[in-house]
Amino acid sequence: MISIVNCNIGNVGSVANMIKKAGGESTICNSPDEIINAEKIILPGVGAFDIGMKKLAEGGWIEVLNTKATIEKVPILGICLGMQLMANSSEEGRLPGLRWVPAETVKFDFDKNSYKVPHMGWNNISIKKFTKLIDPSFADDLRYYFVHAYYMKMQEQRDELLSCDYGIDFTCGFEKENLMGVQFHPEKSHKYGLHLIKNFLEKY
Amino acid sequence: MLRPRIIPTLLMEQDYLVKTVKFKYDKYIGDPISTLRLFNEKEVDEIVFLDISASKRNVEPNYDLLKDLASECFMPMSYGGGVTSLQQIERILSIGIEKIVINNYAIQNKKFLKQAVENFGSTTIIGAVDIKRNFFNKIEVFSHTSNKNTGIKVADHLARILDDGVGEVFINDVDRDGTYAGYDINLIKKLSESMEVPMIICGGASGYEDLSRALAAGASAVAAGSIFIFNGPHRAVLITYPGKEDFKLFARKA
Repeated sequence: MISIVNCNIGNVGSVANMIKKAGGESTICNSPDEIINAEKIILPGVGAFDIGMKKLAEGGWIEVLNTKATIEKVPILGICLGMQLMANSSEEGRLPGLRWVPAETVKFDFDKNSYKVPHMGWNNISIKKFTKLIDPSFADDLRYYFVHAYYMKMQEQRDELLSCDYGIDFTCGFEKENLMGVQFHPEKSHKYGLHLIKNFLEKY
Repeated sequence: MLRPRIIPTLLMEQDYLVKTVKFKYDKYIGDPISTLRLFNEKEVDEIVFLDISASKRNVEPNYDLLKDLASECFMPMSYGGGVTSLQQIERILSIGIEKIVINNYAIQNKKFLKQAVENFGSTTIIGAVDIKRNFFNKIEVFSHTSNKNTGIKVADHLARILDDGVGEVFINDVDRDGTYAGYDINLIKKLSESMEVPMIICGGASGYEDLSRALAAGASAVAAGSIFIFNGPHRAVLITYPGKEDFKLFARKA
């Protein structure tokens, strides 16, 4: 059973649909009380960093999420903004992040007329290390759907799980102990996303 | 490498799919759910559903159908048709659809797009504009609800919706819709230069070559209906999508 955090910053419906497709069960949690007993959590999110942190704070999520992440160490997967919120801070906002992983979220900085921001569409990715989430059975031509203007810059290279090339080589997936994050949308990435969600469902 | 965005665009009337020619002569295509399943199998990169009857009939989006579609859609999906309030947008997003296409109501209510962007973020809101040439061969904004040109200049309308902060612009070339005449390459060049956000062009594709030309001309994404749902001169329904080898043909500008 996967608990999906719903603090009105993400598309929880499509995440639930993909979990169902992967043969699992999920529950959409609309208040922090509902994740107190969670065994496994997905934190989806789209939109601006400060709005995300503000919604987490206003909804009273932060304390219970901190307990789950750092004390109980339940597996947590952040998607898109949900991943970025796990960092220390973001160039996009002034509020501190959840500070679970040593990383900062920074903006794509390209010359005008070179690469468009946001980075939107399907892109190929590279595997930096194998874990239970990204196992060796993942094929070479992995591709996922992205929509984002900011990306997570890891302080520790060993935390990097996946990378993507869009003008620069940036981290699009990390895994550090019980915490995982992906910049792309596995719930909208066909069999490639299904494989990842299935692994999170079954192997953790 | 970022793949070029190639987007099947499916038109709905209430609960079935149709295909138009120059926005007329709606031909029945079939059931949206089974069609979507076929596109899923082909691992389509993204898909757009437009209910072309909702605004005309002044009805709410068909939430039951959207819910069924979203539960089968493992790719990004956009929906447009009859969206006139923030509450509707919220409801559609919560169903599991990523992006909302707003066309007609942005002409009527000049504040709506901006409010939508402020509430749901620019990457969620696509501003759509139907373009038709007038008697003097000048492009104007066309209204599909009243089925006539509005007299609004395309450049003015685009400037306004870009100022409202839409994350993408979807251009529908009414004169070429369903004609297989190819995209209007000059139009693509002219319009794509005028905007920094991604521009999706739709209307006229006759084959993969046309998609390639439109991308090379500056379109960020190419949308089409007929070439993905019809086969042969009699327009027999057959669902197709470019395969891995085809994608190698598509030029791409960053």
